[in-house]
Amino acid sequence: MPGQSAATLRKKPTAPQPTEQVFSWGRYPKAAHQHVHKPAWNDQVPEILHAAAPGALLPYGLGRSYGDSCLNAGRELVDCRRLNRILGFDESTGMLSCESGVSLSDILDVFLPKGWFLPVTPGTRFVTVGGAIANDVHGKNHHCAGTFGAHVRQIGLHRSNDGLVICNSEVNPDMLRATVGGLGLTGVIAWADIQLKRVRGPWIDAESIPFQSLKAFLDLSRESDGRFEYTVAWLDCFAGRNARGIFFRGKHSAESGRTSRSQRGPKLPFALPGGVLNRYTIKAFNTAFYRAHARSGTSVVPCNKFFYPLDSIRQWNLLYGKNGFLQYQCIIPESNFEAFEELLDRIAHSGMGSFLGVLKQFGSAPPAGMLSFPRPGLTVALDFAMRGERTLQLLRSLDQIVIESGGALYPAKDARMSPALFEASFPQWRSFVPFIDPKMSSSFWRRVTEAQ
Amino acid sequence: MTVTTDSSTPRIKSMQKIVVLGATSGIAVEVQRQLAQQECELLLVARSPERLAALQADLLARGAKQVLTCAANLASIPHHAGIFDFVRRSFPDFDTVLLAYGTMQDQKESEASVDALLDELNVNFVSATALLTLFATDLEQRRTGCLAAITSVAGDRGRRSNYVYGSAKGALSLFLQGLRSRLHPAGVRVITIKPGPVQTPMTDHLPNAARFADPERVARDIVRALERRSPDVLYTPRIWRYVMTAVGHIPEGIFKRLSF
Repeated sequence: MPGQSAATLRKKPTAPQPTEQVFSWGRYPKAAHQHVHKPAWNDQVPEILHAAAPGALLPYGLGRSYGDSCLNAGRELVDCRRLNRILGFDESTGMLSCESGVSLSDILDVFLPKGWFLPVTPGTRFVTVGGAIANDVHGKNHHCAGTFGAHVRQIGLHRSNDGLVICNSEVNPDMLRATVGGLGLTGVIAWADIQLKRVRGPWIDAESIPFQSLKAFLDLSRESDGRFEYTVAWLDCFAGRNARGIFFRGKHSAESGRTSRSQRGPKLPFALPGGVLNRYTIKAFNTAFYRAHARSGTSVVPCNKFFYPLDSIRQWNLLYGKNGFLQYQCIIPESNFEAFEELLDRIAHSGMGSFLGVLKQFGSAPPAGMLSFPRPGLTVALDFAMRGERTLQLLRSLDQIVIESGGALYPAKDARMSPALFEASFPQWRSFVPFIDPKMSSSFWRRVTEAQ
Repeated sequence: MTVTTDSSTPRIKSMQKIVVLGATSGIAVEVQRQLAQQECELLLVARSPERLAALQADLLARGAKQVLTCAANLASIPHHAGIFDFVRRSFPDFDTVLLAYGTMQDQKESEASVDALLDELNVNFVSATALLTLFATDLEQRRTGCLAAITSVAGDRGRRSNYVYGSAKGALSLFLQGLRSRLHPAGVRVITIKPGPVQTPMTDHLPNAARFADPERVARDIVRALERRSPDVLYTPRIWRYVMTAVGHIPEGIFKRLSF
């Protein structure tokens, strides 16, 4: 028997199965799973789906979702990280075909030296293609390129009841739209065809410009959107409505030159004691960061530095201590400018915000998926160390503003939104339900829909 | 513990054309990927044509100069002549052979059933030696190349919980030891690769599997051993060399009472 077979992969059903602790990026909530399947080949997936009980499974990638949308507490996960093969690449068109467990980092390592870049990339390169599709992730170029899902031409989807289903704009287009942003609930993605983008080299012409009010940010953003492919801002969340921050914008540099290969940076070895990140250390950090960028500057920087500054510290999520943290990413329609100011004020007054405040104006591209999060408006993402009820209470008060303003919350970042807020964010969710694979479920999905 | 790649050590130019027997095994998959990045040429042998096709595409995309595949059941000795013929015809000047297949049954099965026991021994030892003999003779005649096989630290000492797998791998290590001596005058290298427990599909069902070694790291050690002149016996991760030395010194009277 050469290599491993399905038989060696199967868990021996003798002893009671151990519960396996699996974390999401926020390390909150902590969820024990009954079993984690680890298929190494796509031909093993149908058997796993077939053998599972209804609602027992959820695909899992690199676990970069912050809350519980990648968890299936008390049930099972299908870890797709071993499904990581590149299946083909057309040098003339840039069309990449790969299995769903291939990471964006892997794609950059292989294709950036050949002059191809991701059409859309989130703030970390350590996500799988499957995860990028399931959360329909966005990046700094949302205003001109839309979401990741907009560049997915075709997928092969393992479904428990009808085998491998091919989905593209002609065949099963609805299933494609359901799977993009579908939180892994429509089945296990076997492979995907993704349109890569031609670039001259691995360099970005980057500019940073300080701003001192929300209005100044919006002016900068509007003025830059036409000229710069990538825009984003860092926000000092202690400044309230006088939003102090740094606006970053960039475009691919005409400079070709050598590729800087991804290097493994230092790694945070263990969770820091909970109190290390407190309002004083964070305030000090924010002030230092602002001062460091207080003068506008232009520079040519490697992609890694521009897109993935946090990836340089592996396991940075351990900064928040063993209780983990919550990320809050909401979107508020631009017409509701006051609501946004109110939101920032509340965070500033709470004194609980952190140094990772990110602000971005989304473009008006139509959503690629049924449950895609991005829509026109202002989005802000902030981390909050988990300090129990105090933190949850603050976030609930922010929820209020989001609901009243007609905004939405991002499931990939969420561990606690109420069913009502989910309903307000995704009023169309019931039309997504028929596309859910009967064998799939998730902690997130049960939390936000089961009461309704 | 980590050995930095010393750029002053010249890479042995001979490691360019590698035959992998058991190309879809967890460790082989990682080794091949690293070889592809070094623009090697590969001939992959494994049972499933679908898996071979996926591997072939992946390795070509990652830089392999050429990837040939041969779908065959390596555990079946009557098929060996055909496999060997195919390799000689389509990849005549191969310089390295890596034997990477194996099975690890639940030991209880081999205790309860002689058929299961013989299966385990046949796959891990008998078929492996049969195949290695074919390739050894070819390399010996050509007076070049390298023959490497993955055995296991489990073969260094028989343990209560895993002695069937262990004895097959231990026997294979002994076979390689003798073969090394036989091929030495011909200038053919024989490498015994003894991994500790590695996170692969073969070991997923074992307790504490999450703490096993990262296959990528193990593959790095293997590739390094293939391209250099030493060692003859590779323990990976390296700590296992010391662990097994210590384990080897435990008196039998005590060892037989240990339940692991």
